Amino acid sequence: MEPILSLRGISKSFPGVKALQDVQLDLYPGQVTALIGENGAGKSTIVKVLTGIYQPEEGTITMDGQDLHFANAQDASKAGVTAIHQETVLFDELTVAENIWLGHAPRNRFGLIDKRAMRDGARDLLLGIGSDMDPDLRLGDLGIASKHLVAIARALSTDARVVVLDEPTAALSHKEIHELYDLVETLKAQGKAILFISHKFDEIFRIADRYTVFRDGQFVGAGAMQDVTEGQLVQMMVGRAVDQIFPTRTPQIGAPVLTVAGYDHPTEFADIRFTLHQGEILGFYGLVGAGRSEVMQALFGITTPSKGAVRIDDKFRVIRSTHDAISAGIVYVPEDRGRQGAIRGLPIFQNVTLPSLSRTGRGGFLRLAEEFKLARDYTRRLDLRAASLDQELGLLSGGNQQKVVIAKWLATKPRVIILDEPTKGIDIGSKAAVHEFMAELAAEGLAVIMVSSEIPEVLGMSDRVIVMREGRIVDEVTGGAMTPERLVRAAAGIAEAA
Amino acid sequence: MTQTLRTGRAIPDRLQSPAMRALRSWESILVAVAIAIFVTNSFTSPYFLNAWNLSDATFNFTEKAMIALAMALLIISGEIDLSVASIIALASTAMGVAMQAGAGVPMLVLIGIGTGVLCGAFNGILVAGMGLPSIVVTIGTMSLFRGIAYIVLGDRAFTGYPPGFAYFGQGYVWWVFSFELVLFTVLAVIYWALLHRTSFGRAVYAIGNNATAAQFSGIRVARVKFILFLLTGLMSGIAAVCLTSRLGSTRPSIAAGFELEVVTMVVLGGVSILGGSGSILGVVLAALIMGMVTFGFGLLNVPGIVMSIFLGVLLISVIALPRLFGRK
Amino acid sequence: MNILKNRDVLLAFAIVLLIGGVAARFPAFVRPGNLVNVFNDTSPLILLAIGQMIVILTKCIDLSVAANLALCGMAAALMNGMGVPLPLILLAVVLLGGALGAANGLLVWKLGIPSIVVTLGTMTIFRGTIFLMTGGAWVNAHQMSTAFKALPRMVFLGLPVMSWVALAAIALFFMLLTRTPLGRSFYAVGGNPHAAVYTGLDVGRTQCIAFVISGALAGLTGYLWVARYAVAYVDIAAGFELQVVAACVIGGIAIVGGAGSVIGAVLGALFLGVINNALPVIRISPFWQMAISGSAIVIAVTLNATQNRPKGRIILKEVEPT
Repeated sequence: MEPILSLRGISKSFPGVKALQDVQLDLYPGQVTALIGENGAGKSTIVKVLTGIYQPEEGTITMDGQDLHFANAQDASKAGVTAIHQETVLFDELTVAENIWLGHAPRNRFGLIDKRAMRDGARDLLLGIGSDMDPDLRLGDLGIASKHLVAIARALSTDARVVVLDEPTAALSHKEIHELYDLVETLKAQGKAILFISHKFDEIFRIADRYTVFRDGQFVGAGAMQDVTEGQLVQMMVGRAVDQIFPTRTPQIGAPVLTVAGYDHPTEFADIRFTLHQGEILGFYGLVGAGRSEVMQALFGITTPSKGAVRIDDKFRVIRSTHDAISAGIVYVPEDRGRQGAIRGLPIFQNVTLPSLSRTGRGGFLRLAEEFKLARDYTRRLDLRAASLDQELGLLSGGNQQKVVIAKWLATKPRVIILDEPTKGIDIGSKAAVHEFMAELAAEGLAVIMVSSEIPEVLGMSDRVIVMREGRIVDEVTGGAMTPERLVRAAAGIAEAA
Repeated sequence: MTQTLRTGRAIPDRLQSPAMRALRSWESILVAVAIAIFVTNSFTSPYFLNAWNLSDATFNFTEKAMIALAMALLIISGEIDLSVASIIALASTAMGVAMQAGAGVPMLVLIGIGTGVLCGAFNGILVAGMGLPSIVVTIGTMSLFRGIAYIVLGDRAFTGYPPGFAYFGQGYVWWVFSFELVLFTVLAVIYWALLHRTSFGRAVYAIGNNATAAQFSGIRVARVKFILFLLTGLMSGIAAVCLTSRLGSTRPSIAAGFELEVVTMVVLGGVSILGGSGSILGVVLAALIMGMVTFGFGLLNVPGIVMSIFLGVLLISVIALPRLFGRK
Repeated sequence: MNILKNRDVLLAFAIVLLIGGVAARFPAFVRPGNLVNVFNDTSPLILLAIGQMIVILTKCIDLSVAANLALCGMAAALMNGMGVPLPLILLAVVLLGGALGAANGLLVWKLGIPSIVVTLGTMTIFRGTIFLMTGGAWVNAHQMSTAFKALPRMVFLGLPVMSWVALAAIALFFMLLTRTPLGRSFYAVGGNPHAAVYTGLDVGRTQCIAFVISGALAGLTGYLWVARYAVAYVDIAAGFELQVVAACVIGGIAIVGGAGSVIGAVLGALFLGVINNALPVIRISPFWQMAISGSAIVIAVTLNATQNRPKGRIILKEVEPT
């Protein structure tokens, strides 16, 4: 079979980084090609080259045997390449129909947009992918899964021949993911060439026909899925065999540190009660949107619960702000590192000392020497790689930024550390380092809560697992009862097999 | 792996000494510009190099520069207050009303400053308390505050302030050093310490860079922003006392267009209009430069409106030039 | 979109209520002739509010509109003095206004300077330029030709030409925003700039076009203003930009971009126009105008914010009775 689209010898560099070096990629009609690689392997760069956002310095883009040059996103779109991104990027204030037809709306004989044709066309496209959504709805009023449908309808409306799905399932629930798989089948049946980017291996093996692996901006290999095993793919990704991922630990569980009772929130969660002990790693498992992060953010003072009590070391604490939480000894490493964790424009040392300024300073005044000392101690402990502590945080890699965020919290000498999806979107090497570090914190007597949606991580790291569904705790498991089946059933609300 | 976690490599605190960094900074460019203008002025006009003339020239900028100190903090935190000139108008009107009711000098000062603080609190509640965008809110209060002054005064003016009141805008502390100049100097030092030497100042930078992450780091973002609006109101109130005292009268159009000059001063001083960076030293230097340019233009009999064209060009080019030549 | 439509209805209702309230005490206010007058008086505000609304849709703001109006108005008056024929003057003010808008737009697009800074700067530059052109002199009624002054007042089918211009602009921009790709792209660029890039839209270019539209409308309004009031000087329409922004905010145009409609902007302008015209009728000093439009901005932005507050996800489900 001939590929619809071929990239050959593509190179792209940014100041100081070679993002892509002589890479190749082939996409075939009616087939799903999975693009696999660690973070920083160049996946998002190649998507931007494909969709005309970036122009490569070298290399050719061939479609149906013709050499193409995409000067901008419009060119790529005209050539029939369309992309659906990690967080569906469309326009909340426009209607479903307007979103689908933006940029190529049907016109009437006066050259004006033909609203009726637009609405009818949108309805047909949506029906074609099994949705009876009203095309006049405002996009902002829809949920993420419905927005995905609109994005896909949009892709179909442009007569796209190449569809890029960039981590489309990252924000979807279990059921929505399955609906997406069905859609991918529909697209395949229509002969579209699909590029599928995902970190989840089960998903790749389920829907992909072919694979292409990148590592550090270079092409490593490509082929048919049936000829490859999971182990081989991992080896290609990391360039080495990964056998043991999780550290072995002998937990020393001590006295209760944090007790939460009767925690309620009007719309997010209800009746949350649990106890966390010294030296324990408590996993919180559930589907995305089960209310786990919301509970943690309430504990950290971001959102206010309507009732409930929090006790730390036998003292009741009222937490109304993050400030209260930190002084109570609770810290939170957020899931959204870029937006909620790192302050990129400030130097490393100022990021580390930000919540500890009352300790390094005196009477509201700063003492720089003390700040540097604190920053030095904690960044060294995390094996931070940086040129100097005075360097802007934004200049470091994602993994190193995460280390600074963690250092910031350790420097407050907390009693409880909450890690929300601590390894989401980071490469396998950094993952192992974060896991090691969590084990070490617990061994030192810290109480650790880990929110995670990855079953292997939850099972591999936790001493105890709490499962949440639709805002409530539905199961609590320890020891030998911690099996993947039990967690998945509890999270999805499937009754125990008879 | 466990080993490396415990004993990471040592990272130096700084690669560049603070002195080196200062040399390459925006502030050093401002110093050079200031010197150049000073030298040019002293050659073009024989009246420039005279202690009393120079002292007079400081009245061109001291009132605006006081507000610029607080505005710098506000803009660094990612907000803006366009209502400062209107706060002056309202505070001055309040003083006029009090004066007609027979208030003494201390009472007048108290009322002027108090009105400023109240206006600042009003802005602060709307922006920090209710989370409204500061540009629209302060465009609204800009009309509202000055509008109240117009309702009270119409096309009239308050005159006849008590003689003792003249000191704040016309008095001298010692030799050529006016009360306003001394007050500005003291305030500049206080604001320098506040921004660069306290944890409050650090919080201002953190909020301007990433307000969400700052909140996640335990900073009370709304409270800091409220205090900043309060401070801007306070400084506008102080400026209203000085300006009213200097002019000896209140018209509703008092201090018209000051907000533009204050924002220009802050931006020229190297504060990023998008928030997150800037220094008090830069703002003070920018105030000096703008004062000297105004003074120089005045000596050459250039009309005020031409001066305002120059300001507009300055405001845009200060931001445009670094972008044109690839500096961030 | 439903919320927006409801909002427009509410605002229209408020305007009718306002007119009714005034009419209850002063029935002359609702005479057709007077209502035509009110609309005619509000026409400049409507024209500028439409331009401003498009700029705000794209996440920018244009504070230089009133200065642009004054500069183009003065240019029209001076051209008239030189004997330039009226059609040519009309063409020239639209082009000049558009060019001034393009200057704003290019600074925003090519140099990425925040629009508030650009237009604060150009606002003073434009006004200063009028001073440079005239040395501060006024152009008075007797220095203008009769035809020049007569055009906006000419009555056609019961409405003055100035009102017809406003109506034409409303119709034109309503079509532009709802029925053309360019119109949709204003919403897209302001609503989600990141996504707009992926859709093949050039954010900066679209913003620049918005500034050109706003500038061209200001230029045209400049002629209408000067001809109607038969005077041109440096400070005409001083502070008018605040009324224009007020009209947009009252009309429910989201200041963060991406949401709003021509109808909203027009209603916002009419709301202010009715108040301004009612004040002398109910014998309140015109000095109240400024404070009223200021309060209107503050109240409107507060209402907008409480209406658009994100509802948040509702995760929790009630436990079903077993």
